[in-house]
Amino acid sequence: MLLPDSIQSLITALERLPGIGPKTASRLAFHLLRASDEVSQDLAEALANLKSRTAFCQDCFNITEAGRHLCEVCESTERDSSVICVVEEALDVLALERTHGYSGKYHVLQGVLSPIEGIGPDDLKIKPLLARIARGGVKEVILATNPSMEGDATALYLRGQLESLGVKVTRLARGLPVGGDLEYADQNTLLRALSGRQEMN
Amino acid sequence: MREFHSFRAASVVLRHSDWGEADRLLILYTRERGKVRALVKGARKLTSRKAGHLEPFTHVTLQLAKGRDLLIVTQAETQNAFPRLGEDLGKTGHAAYVIELIDRFAYEEEGGNPSLFNLLVDTLGRIESESDAWLAVRYYEMRLLDHIGFRPQLFECANCGRPIRAEDQFFSFVAGGAICPRCGQGLRHLKEISVEALKYLRHFQRSSYREAARARAVAEVRHETEVLMQGYFTYLLDRELNTPGFIRRLRS
Repeated sequence: MLLPDSIQSLITALERLPGIGPKTASRLAFHLLRASDEVSQDLAEALANLKSRTAFCQDCFNITEAGRHLCEVCESTERDSSVICVVEEALDVLALERTHGYSGKYHVLQGVLSPIEGIGPDDLKIKPLLARIARGGVKEVILATNPSMEGDATALYLRGQLESLGVKVTRLARGLPVGGDLEYADQNTLLRALSGRQEMN
Repeated sequence: MREFHSFRAASVVLRHSDWGEADRLLILYTRERGKVRALVKGARKLTSRKAGHLEPFTHVTLQLAKGRDLLIVTQAETQNAFPRLGEDLGKTGHAAYVIELIDRFAYEEEGGNPSLFNLLVDTLGRIESESDAWLAVRYYEMRLLDHIGFRPQLFECANCGRPIRAEDQFFSFVAGGAICPRCGQGLRHLKEISVEALKYLRHFQRSSYREAARARAVAEVRHETEVLMQGYFTYLLDRELNTPGFIRRLRS
């Protein structure tokens, strides 16, 4: 069946999004066709603004509104600037913020070291992090990369780079997740959970 | 023959990538079927019972079921996670190189090769346990070439067929082997190879790992064989490998 070009081009564009196949793409396209004008107007506007109204914070490389030099966290005077939490992606900042348990600042690497994909230290925001710490005032760096092979490699590399800067370097604890099952835990996690056990007082 | 709906596979995890909302797609090298792709449902959820068993480099026994178009991992049990590979960046880099080579040279649906699988597992173990990975990696390279059908000819000249004598030679990527000095004068695109480096390569080709481990190479020969073998692999693949560059950047 032949579709008008305008519908076909929307379907093709939607298909490029992760997790959306040809069937989902055409369903979305036809939904938009039937929905009121506002729905598609709003969507089009949001899409157009997505790139033009966002920028990276010049300190921590988190995503922020365009035209701003620093993000909300970096600008805030209530946050403790002597602690920096290093994460892989901006979404990790959101996850940590949702806990309301952290009052320091962040640094977003915008990726993770991957030998097989050929992603090296220069492809990440590591140099700005080192420069930021060299400026002084930082006492502790929390390495909060994912507990995966790539995340561990990144943490190891950062530890090596931070050694000479005289800051305390910590790594997020690793152990059993809430709602987990001891029986199914892998050796690696169990070993770390054992060695990092805490006294119950 | 009847195909089973579900089967067990001794596997090494080569790579993974995100898939869908919370799933992960694995590239595996299995003893039974060679390279396969398999989907792990919910692997990116924190409570996943399988995710911890499925990091790259892990030797793991899997139960795989046929899904609609992909294999699906239904059970996973770690055999050896090689934990020390992740504690040292140098070791991580070497392990990644070993994994990248097999990933590039193995193809899906070519069937299992148990001895290549064992070589892979043994090599990861050697990189983990030995303080210096040079020998384990070079030995792996030579043996991998055997398995994938590119065994270099090191005992006779790859051009004229005369036996190679103990002197400095040339090495030709195109001919896939050593070239005697006489033929070397007229041919182009040759690499020089010292007699010591040639001896090591020959030694790796015909010895067991334990025998090969007795040889102690000096720094120049180590460097020469490393550069030569990486050049040969790059020629065979017709493109750059990612990990050697990564290792170099870490060293600098």
